[in-house]
Amino acid sequence: MSSSREAIFARLRDANPKVKTMETIAYQPWVSNETEVLKTRFIDGLSASHAEVLTTNRHALNETLKTLIIEKQFARIAIGTGGDLHSEIVKAISLVQITHPLNILQFDVDFAQCKSQLFNDIDAGITHCRVGIADTGTLVLWPDNTEPRTLSLIPPAHIALIKRSTIVSNFAELMVTEAWQNKMPTNIVLVSGPSKTADIQQTLAYGAHGPSQLVVILIEDM
Amino acid sequence: MRIYPAKPSKVYFYATCLVDMFDPQAGLDAITLLEQQGIEVIFVEKQTCCGQPAYSSGYDKQAKQVAQSQIDLFPENWPVVVLSGSCGGMMHHHYRRLFKGDSNQAMVDTFCDRVFELTEFLVNVCRASLIDQGDKSVVVMHTSCAARREMNVHLTATQLLEQLDNVEIREQAYESECCGFGGTFAVRHPDISQSMVEDKTQHLCATEATELVSADWGCLLNINGALEYQNKALRGVHLASFLLARTGGQ
Amino acid sequence: MSQSDSNSLNNGVHIQPLAPEHFHQQAKAALADPQLRQNFRGAMDYLKDKRKLAFSDVAEEKHIRNLSEAIRQRCLSKLPDLLEQLESNCINNGIQVHWAEDAIQANQIIADIAQRHNAKEIIKGKSMVSEEIELNHEMAKLGINCLESDMGEYIVQLDGDKPSHIIMPAIHKNKQEVSDTFAAHLDNFTPTIDVDELIQTGRSRLRQKFQDADIGLSGVNFAVAETGTLCLVENEGNGRMCTTVPDVHIAITGIEKVVEFLTDVPPLYSALTRSATGQAITTYFNMITSPRREGELDGPQEVHLVLLDNGRTQAFQDEEMRKTLQCIRCGACMNHCPVYTRIGGHAYGTVYPGPIGKIISPHMMGLEKTKDLVTASSLCGACGEVCPVKIPIPEMLQRLRNEAKNPATAAHPEIKGQASAASKTEMLAMKSFAYAATHPAIYHLGSWSATKVRGLIPSKLGAWTQCRSAPKPASKTLHQLLKASHKKDQS
Ligand code: SF4
Repeated sequence: MSSSREAIFARLRDANPKVKTMETIAYQPWVSNETEVLKTRFIDGLSASHAEVLTTNRHALNETLKTLIIEKQFARIAIGTGGDLHSEIVKAISLVQITHPLNILQFDVDFAQCKSQLFNDIDAGITHCRVGIADTGTLVLWPDNTEPRTLSLIPPAHIALIKRSTIVSNFAELMVTEAWQNKMPTNIVLVSGPSKTADIQQTLAYGAHGPSQLVVILIEDM
Repeated sequence: MRIYPAKPSKVYFYATCLVDMFDPQAGLDAITLLEQQGIEVIFVEKQTCCGQPAYSSGYDKQAKQVAQSQIDLFPENWPVVVLSGSCGGMMHHHYRRLFKGDSNQAMVDTFCDRVFELTEFLVNVCRASLIDQGDKSVVVMHTSCAARREMNVHLTATQLLEQLDNVEIREQAYESECCGFGGTFAVRHPDISQSMVEDKTQHLCATEATELVSADWGCLLNINGALEYQNKALRGVHLASFLLARTGGQ
Repeated sequence: MSQSDSNSLNNGVHIQPLAPEHFHQQAKAALADPQLRQNFRGAMDYLKDKRKLAFSDVAEEKHIRNLSEAIRQRCLSKLPDLLEQLESNCINNGIQVHWAEDAIQANQIIADIAQRHNAKEIIKGKSMVSEEIELNHEMAKLGINCLESDMGEYIVQLDGDKPSHIIMPAIHKNKQEVSDTFAAHLDNFTPTIDVDELIQTGRSRLRQKFQDADIGLSGVNFAVAETGTLCLVENEGNGRMCTTVPDVHIAITGIEKVVEFLTDVPPLYSALTRSATGQAITTYFNMITSPRREGELDGPQEVHLVLLDNGRTQAFQDEEMRKTLQCIRCGACMNHCPVYTRIGGHAYGTVYPGPIGKIISPHMMGLEKTKDLVTASSLCGACGEVCPVKIPIPEMLQRLRNEAKNPATAAHPEIKGQASAASKTEMLAMKSFAYAATHPAIYHLGSWSATKVRGLIPSKLGAWTQCRSAPKPASKTLHQLLKASHKKDQS
């Protein structure tokens, strides 16, 4: 409908608004450069949003993950095919499998082929996080070929692995330092807790459509 | 926030049409309060109405005519002290909008800068300090929306009341909510307005205060009318009259 | 409106369509429904308290509102350029961009896409713009089923109803009423007032639908011109589902939603969530820049962006009313509105209720239909006080009242429904008022003051006295008293 486009633009251009220059007011979100403060705020924010946060280190990661899977009785787990911590994830799974049977979906096929399984036969999906935002207690997911978007969305539980060294102060700082404007991927998702809604009589309920459980494993790496 | 001038020796007094018609005593009392501050009060007899009835009904042209006629009455560079947040809001705030882009905009803006609501003038310009001579009393105050949000002076009326040692101030539930007057709104949308004033009177009465004050006659017309209709004993008085009575009268 | 219609707001049973032309009757019916009033008052108290906590630092609140206003005004001041930039970046990213002047065109665009894909099911995330074009209704005519997946919208859709709030669509219902709705429409539902159970019911019923839908449809909160990115704000995850699971994603939004830079997003997002629900951040912030790229294993193969005008250019063409388009749809103005709190969202009869609805609907529907909305405000200013982008809503109302009463002038071109509320008698009354008020001698004739209220609104003193005693003029005016006391007139 190019004529609609032209008509809309004609009306907009006709108004000929006076162009406003960049405002001089600066955004002043919460900020800190003390790593302990960042960590505490990050954990507090996530916990307040009803996420569970477990702290571990790289060495103990597979044990932490193993214990988590067993305790939560996750028997069917979806994982990606890559990422920095992939080998630890695989290790943890094999550790669990020594004592507990596990059904693993390795997300290496087209979504159409695993859609039904993801929706109906998976208890938890495990993903990496690119960055953590301390200000609001937020995970930044940057899905890619090895960890598709639905891995953190469809299963009823999402286990998110994040390295402490990635935690930044706030969202605005993050997109500026990483120059996001030059490299936007297909999708970025900021996650701040499990799925929730207050649509019925302002009563908070978790597990609306996304994962009802969010477990964040914070890896001490500094 | 507004920057206030030093205390002047003379002020113009703008009584507002509602006070003129329904509560002239409040006008006299306000003049006395100002005079007690050592200020000469000039009452320009030709003043009528700020034009708000036309303005809020969608008659900008007529409102502007009225506004221009009122502005012309106050040529000297003295403050114009208005006995209502609502009319004050009209003259301090909305006159600017009405004349925006006109050739005399600058002149109008200068006038608007000279407009003060009574309580803000007493507190911020006169720095009035009041000595309570009244008996113990429990008071609830209603602040008009214009005073609160257009003039940003909702704190000054309270500051004056707080100076009165024997006055206990009670705050009603939903204190900042509109009483439902809104000029012609009350008659164009009577059912909605009714639901608002009924809630307001209920919240005011629930405080069990024995006195009700407000610095705005529009709200008082509405609230008192409803209180009387409901056969309630509580009745609002203008803050100026209340303050003067408590501080020893004339 | 017939008696049965005016009762229709009671008990949540509506006889459609509610319309802004019937505002008076609809408002009256809502006021007469104590349960509805209780539901709204409770919900608004809750939302107001939440917002207050989220802006506990007054200086910071002032700062971010100033900043948000400045960002939105800058972006609007460059709107045509930014839209072109957005379009070209979206196209480069593989997003197909469509332009619609009105609801008919927007529905046609969506219908075409659906038919090209032989689509029968559209699963929807929350989109007020899709309500604006009555998408569900129009698609149903073509045999395409639109299913709402936001919990509130889902409840409202089951009722055959419309949202009563732009953020919380089912806010007019309490949990018992939601249970009743589920019981009436869902098989094998055991009534409950346990909110968790109610939500789990919604979740399980919709889960299969996400899998089966051919198309996912969503709104957009911010469209970033610089990168061609669509940002969606949500808590439930249904928005992510709709934009990720089906093969085709259609995003629809108003042309005003564009921002210039990615860095414009964080402050606006923070202002939005804190104003809307008092949340520091929502559970999900979803940034979509393209359809599925080479090598990716999920996500839609096609992404479409439908940009809708529907009256927005009218608001844009007027410098003062352009501010209306600053809106980021947080709903704070309605949460704080004493009128909305009492009559709820349906009574307005417009897609957008409350203060923002009163100032945007005239551009969409014309003033003939919406003239009663622009007067339905005491101009108390509670809306403007909380608006995160500082739209001077009361001033917009004043302006629209003036346009409704008067013909267009050279300074302001005609708008839809210009002068549709013009009344000869009222004009005469206002002219007499202005004449008297500018002629003190006449004004001060005692008779004037006593008859002023009646003179202005001849037939409506009854409206005043339906809940108040008639005002009683004092025996002498201040003018008379001052004359008697020899106070000097210095003029
Ligand atoms: S007008 Fe302001 S307060 Fe109302 S919805 Fe829009 S942004 Fe929010």
